[in-house]
Amino acid sequence: MASHAVEDPHATQHATTVQHHFENADQQKDASTIGMWVFLVTEVMFFGGLFLAYFVYRQAYPAAFASASNNTNLLIGAANTTVLICSSLTMAFAVRSAALGKSNLIVLFLILTLLLGGTFLGVKAYEYHDKWVRHEVPGHNFDCRDESGKPCVDAGHTPLFFALYFGMTGLHATHMVVGVGIILFLISQARKGAYGAAWHTPVELFGLYWHFVDIVWIFLFPLLYLIDRSAVPK
Amino acid sequence: MASHAAQSAGHTTPHIVPKWLYFAVFFALVILTWVTTFVSTVDLGRWNIFVALAIAICKASLVVLFFMHVWYSTRLTKMIVVASIFWLILLLFLTMADIWTRTWMGVPGR
Repeated sequence: MASHAVEDPHATQHATTVQHHFENADQQKDASTIGMWVFLVTEVMFFGGLFLAYFVYRQAYPAAFASASNNTNLLIGAANTTVLICSSLTMAFAVRSAALGKSNLIVLFLILTLLLGGTFLGVKAYEYHDKWVRHEVPGHNFDCRDESGKPCVDAGHTPLFFALYFGMTGLHATHMVVGVGIILFLISQARKGAYGAAWHTPVELFGLYWHFVDIVWIFLFPLLYLIDRSAVPK
Repeated sequence: MASHAAQSAGHTTPHIVPKWLYFAVFFALVILTWVTTFVSTVDLGRWNIFVALAIAICKASLVVLFFMHVWYSTRLTKMIVVASIFWLILLLFLTMADIWTRTWMGVPGR
C-alpha cells in the first residue's frame, strides 16, 4: 500500500531516531529549529548590548570615533567580509548537500567552510597584530596617530573606540572559533555517514549559527570601518 | 493511497533551494559589500551612516531569508525572527531616544 514511501533507504535508516516525546520526525525537527532560533535571539540581544554601547559612545564622542575608525584598513576589511560571505555560501551548500543525502559533498563543503572561516580569523589576527604594534590597544602604551603621525582628534577618548573594536570583533571571533570546533565535529560525523536526507539536523542548525555570525559581521563592518571614512575631523 | 503516503513522507525532506538562488544571493552580497565600501569614501555628510546601515540591512535580510531558509520556514519561526528584531529595535531606539534628546533642554544633572 504505502510501500513506495518506505523504500527510501534514509527514511528507514533513521526511522528509529524520533524520540518518544515527539509525534513524528517533522515535529522533532521543528522543535529543534525553533530551539536554535530562540538561542539565536539571545545572541541578538548579547551582541545588541555591545552595538548599543557603540552607538551611545559614538554619539558622545563623534570626533574621537571618526578619527580612530579611519585607522582601520578599508581594503582588508572589505576583503575579509567577502571571505566570510564565501564561507556562508559553502555552508549553505553543505546544508543543501545534506538535504539531498550527498555525504561526500557535505564533507567537502564543510571543509571549504572551515578553510574560509580559518582565513577570516587569520586576517583578523593580522589586523590585531597591526593594531598592537601601532599601540592602538587600550592600556598603558596606548597612542592613537593617523597615517601622517599626527595624534588623533580628541585622542583622550579614542581608547573607547578601540575598546569597542576589540570587544565587538573579539566576541565575533570567539563565536567563529567555537564554530570552527563544531565544524570539525560535524566533519568527523559526516565522514562516518551520520547525516542523510532524512536526518541532518545538526548540519542545518549549525548552518543557522554560522550565517548568524556572518550577519553580525555584516553590521560590524560598516560601523567599525566605513561610516566615518569620508569625514575625518580636522 | 500510495501517493498520499509518499506525500507525507516527502514532507520530512526539507525544501531544496535551487543552486542558482544561492549563487544569486552570494553575488548580491559580494556586490553590496564592495558598493558600500566604495560609497564610504564618498562624503555624504550625515547620510553616510544611513546608506551603510541600509545596505547592511539588505545584506542581512538576504542571509536570513535565503541562507537561513526563513522564507521557507514555519510561521512560528518567522514570528521568532520578527520578535528578535522588534526587541533589538526597542533596546537600541528607546535608549538612543533618551541619549539624543537629553541635550535639548538644560536639565540639571544631565
